[in-house]
Amino acid sequence: MATLSFKDFKSDQEVRWCPGCGDHAVLAALQRALPKVSQALNYEKERYVVVSGIGCSSRLPYYMDTYGFHGIHGRATAISTGIKVANPWLTVWQACGDGDALAIGGNHFIHAIRRNIDINIILFNNRIYGLTKGQYSPTSKFGAITKTSPYGTVEHPFNPGSLVLGAKGTFFARSLDVELKLNEEIMTAAALHDGTSVMEMLTNCVIFNDGAHREISDPEVRADRTIVLRAGEKMIFGKNRDRGLVYDGRKIRAVHIGEGGYSEEDILVHDPHSDNIGLHMALADMKGPDYPVALGVIRDVRDVTYDDGVRDQVKDVMLKSKIHCVDDLLHSGSTWEVE
Amino acid sequence: MEHKIIDVQDVVIRFAGDSGDGMQLTGSLFANMSAIYGNGLSTFPDYPAEIRAPQGTVSGVSGFQVHIGSEKVNTPGDYCDLLVAMNPAALMANAKWCKRNAMILVDEDSFDEAGLRKAGFKTDNPFAELGVDDRVLVVVPITTLTEESLKDSGMDIKAIHKCKNMFTLGMACFVYDRPLDYIFEYLESKFAKKHPEVIEPNKKVLKDGFNYAANLQVIADTYHIAPSHPKKGTYRNITGNQAVAWGLLAASEKSGLPLFCGSYPITPATGILEELAIHKSLGAKTLQAEDEIAGICTAIGASYAGNLAVTTTSGPGLSLKTEALGLAVMAELPLVVVDVQRAGPSTGIPTKTEQTDLNQALYGRNGECPIPVIAAHSPANCFDAAFTAAKIALEHMTPVMLLSEGFLGNGSEPWLIPSMKDYPVIKPPFAKSLGADGKFKPFERDPETLVPRWAIPGQKGFEHRVGGLEKNHDGVLSSDPANHALMVAEREAKVQKIADFIPELEVDGPASGKLLVVGWGGTFGHILSAVHEVREAGMTVSRAHFDYIYPVPRNTGKVLAGFEKILVCELNSGQFANYLRTLFPTADIVKCNKVQGQPFLVNEIVDAIKEEL
Ligand SMILES: Cc1ncc(C[n+]2csc(CCOP(=O)(O)OP(=O)(O)O)c2C)c(N)n1
Ligand code: SF4
Ligand SMILES: [Mg+2]
Repeated sequence: MATLSFKDFKSDQEVRWCPGCGDHAVLAALQRALPKVSQALNYEKERYVVVSGIGCSSRLPYYMDTYGFHGIHGRATAISTGIKVANPWLTVWQACGDGDALAIGGNHFIHAIRRNIDINIILFNNRIYGLTKGQYSPTSKFGAITKTSPYGTVEHPFNPGSLVLGAKGTFFARSLDVELKLNEEIMTAAALHDGTSVMEMLTNCVIFNDGAHREISDPEVRADRTIVLRAGEKMIFGKNRDRGLVYDGRKIRAVHIGEGGYSEEDILVHDPHSDNIGLHMALADMKGPDYPVALGVIRDVRDVTYDDGVRDQVKDVMLKSKIHCVDDLLHSGSTWEVE
Repeated sequence: MEHKIIDVQDVVIRFAGDSGDGMQLTGSLFANMSAIYGNGLSTFPDYPAEIRAPQGTVSGVSGFQVHIGSEKVNTPGDYCDLLVAMNPAALMANAKWCKRNAMILVDEDSFDEAGLRKAGFKTDNPFAELGVDDRVLVVVPITTLTEESLKDSGMDIKAIHKCKNMFTLGMACFVYDRPLDYIFEYLESKFAKKHPEVIEPNKKVLKDGFNYAANLQVIADTYHIAPSHPKKGTYRNITGNQAVAWGLLAASEKSGLPLFCGSYPITPATGILEELAIHKSLGAKTLQAEDEIAGICTAIGASYAGNLAVTTTSGPGLSLKTEALGLAVMAELPLVVVDVQRAGPSTGIPTKTEQTDLNQALYGRNGECPIPVIAAHSPANCFDAAFTAAKIALEHMTPVMLLSEGFLGNGSEPWLIPSMKDYPVIKPPFAKSLGADGKFKPFERDPETLVPRWAIPGQKGFEHRVGGLEKNHDGVLSSDPANHALMVAEREAKVQKIADFIPELEVDGPASGKLLVVGWGGTFGHILSAVHEVREAGMTVSRAHFDYIYPVPRNTGKVLAGFEKILVCELNSGQFANYLRTLFPTADIVKCNKVQGQPFLVNEIVDAIKEEL
């Protein structure tokens, strides 16, 4: 098989996102990750299908030179599910916005996760409705001032990570749009994961929600306010790498190494493959000012997948059944002859 | 005691009782036995809306009507010759369906003070109160007799009471001269593995019921319905929902594409999903989605991935699928959408039948969004209708709406089992070549059929994007006004072209004259029977039935032009009549409508026809 490159995944369509939109970087990471995934798994390009809903971020399939399906608002997850069940050999990627996946499409989103169908969902979270020009979304912060909340919202946002893990998700990762390297890593891990992979990409909308994630993404504060979790590595963060996460028997705490009796020994080691969903949930829930926001692959565990289950059941019944063609079916059960 | 056996052409029997009285089973057993005996047959179950409505109340009455005849019968019958009422509520709810000379068989034990009051009777003579005391009343202590029959069986009283329906069935078998062997066989095969101990008791009760009837003075006559002489071959009973499922499986086999069904349960369509879920051995995948929107969207995904994709639902579910139907039209993907219509609007009367979704099927979408519509006309015809819907969808690259009805879905009739070798191969227009620039053009059309070609993910070099946004022939996004106008016109013309591939409209009777009676869907049998009746009275009338609604058969205009008046009979306020008026403004179209959640009665159509003649 010929090796694929970044260029093989770039379509000839002009990318129409605003200059400076966070979606550009996520697209670039995907176009860089897929050649690696193809190499690792021996996948041809025609095996990829990229599905989306409606929103700025959902334009992504047009920019990928793969099979693509630009669906309707909120329904990408259902379309992806149908594609994967119909042909499990295909590898399905999905792009959707925070409104698309968590408002209008919230139902499909949690049910895909519950079924653990093997699709890879990139959730572009810019905390705003971009395409419709700036209304608040289910991830907009409490009090956010937007076009439809001129006096501030009076509703709590979803934390997508809690939603995914609450639905017993088997894979959840989070990152910032600008973290190109980390995003490639995350996407590769998602591709290798068998089951529903949700990658929350914290993206910026320069036009309608500029600085959507400023409090953690600004270069001066990023190292102190985020923590990149990697399998087998200690949960250490901070500009000077002098802070870490410990477990005090009741909950996790962010501490300064060498202070309050905490040494590097006490710092937790990240295990995304652990069964301990409670710890993963705690990590996904972390936010400032007490905690850094967790980035990287937070959870990545194996469980049975829906697409395998459907396929295996069909095979199984085929072997056991006496009905092998429609003529058999028509004559099954009670019939009678007229001479 | 000696009974006179009278030969009759056809009889209608209505079994009615509490939801828990087993009337559906009793009715189906009676029907199946008659089918095997060689009678023409049509059945219709009449379920209560509630699963376990309060016992003994009218809302909890469950009924099953069987029409058997020496010839083919076309409807489950309007009025019954025998009403079996297992309790006062069943009598209350069903007495109005008794013919003038009907026999009414009731379980005397349930007609006590409490039972009568619960059913809403004001006096202690329910028959007089309902004005049916002049019928042949067979008042029998069925509960007591069943207890007596099984007192040595070792069964507990609850289990014994469950056998009451067998006693009743035995009596009905005597009245209609039915052999009991079939039911014996059924009991043996059904319970052999799990409950062999109930076989003998049930057989005993059945025989005791039969013998008890034989000794009753009040049953003076019994009736014989001679077997008809149907075409040679192997027969089976089939319900409409089962037939839809099997027709789709047949299309899957004939196209070589695996079947995928994404659906959400809803009465009266659920049976199709349930039936398909059984037949994984034929490669069918079923996905019980989280809602109807996911049902159709998973199906659209499966279609894109190259399956024969189906979504099944009823009216409220169809409403939810609306936006996604537009997506399937824009993406030009094959998809079968089955709507088993029920009484609406909104939740309406879920268990009752209607034809009120026609407008929704034809027009219920944003933008100009043409979807072919076809309708099934009898339970067994659902097989061919589903096969055809899939064939059109796959060969013309379009979603297709198949309209069924609760009346068809739950109703059943005997069916001469066809052979799959007599069905055509389905040939989807798979993409085989790329454009001059080496790219696949997803919306380039066959010049004759206007059908685009189908490239399926996994096919090397054919990578392309589809979706709801307007595109040009190359599959590139376009908001160019001229391109939009062209694509709108082409999508419409593609659907119109289907008329070249479907049969012409047939006229039963003279090709021209005073009156053409027109119907579509499940009114077929009632209209047919009504037309026969009118003809027997010496009048001339023609009849045409539409299986293809959009587009209509090519000769429709010509057919309608042959008649002074067109009488359109349908179970709505005139949706098809109005549609025909728009298509053929010069035709003189009059309406015969019913919107009661009930099928037509044959005499309602007869009256409407006579009025126009
Ligand atoms: C059924 C339906 N309702 C509403 C819309 C309008 N609409 C399009 S995109 C969108 C929200 C987009 O926000 P998000 O999903 O966060 O994506 P983003 O544009 O921010 O990437 C809305 C409300 C639509 N296209 N379809
Ligand atoms: S409006 Fe916002 S989300 Fe949409 S393309 Fe522009 S920057 Fe990106
Ligand atoms: Mg958004």
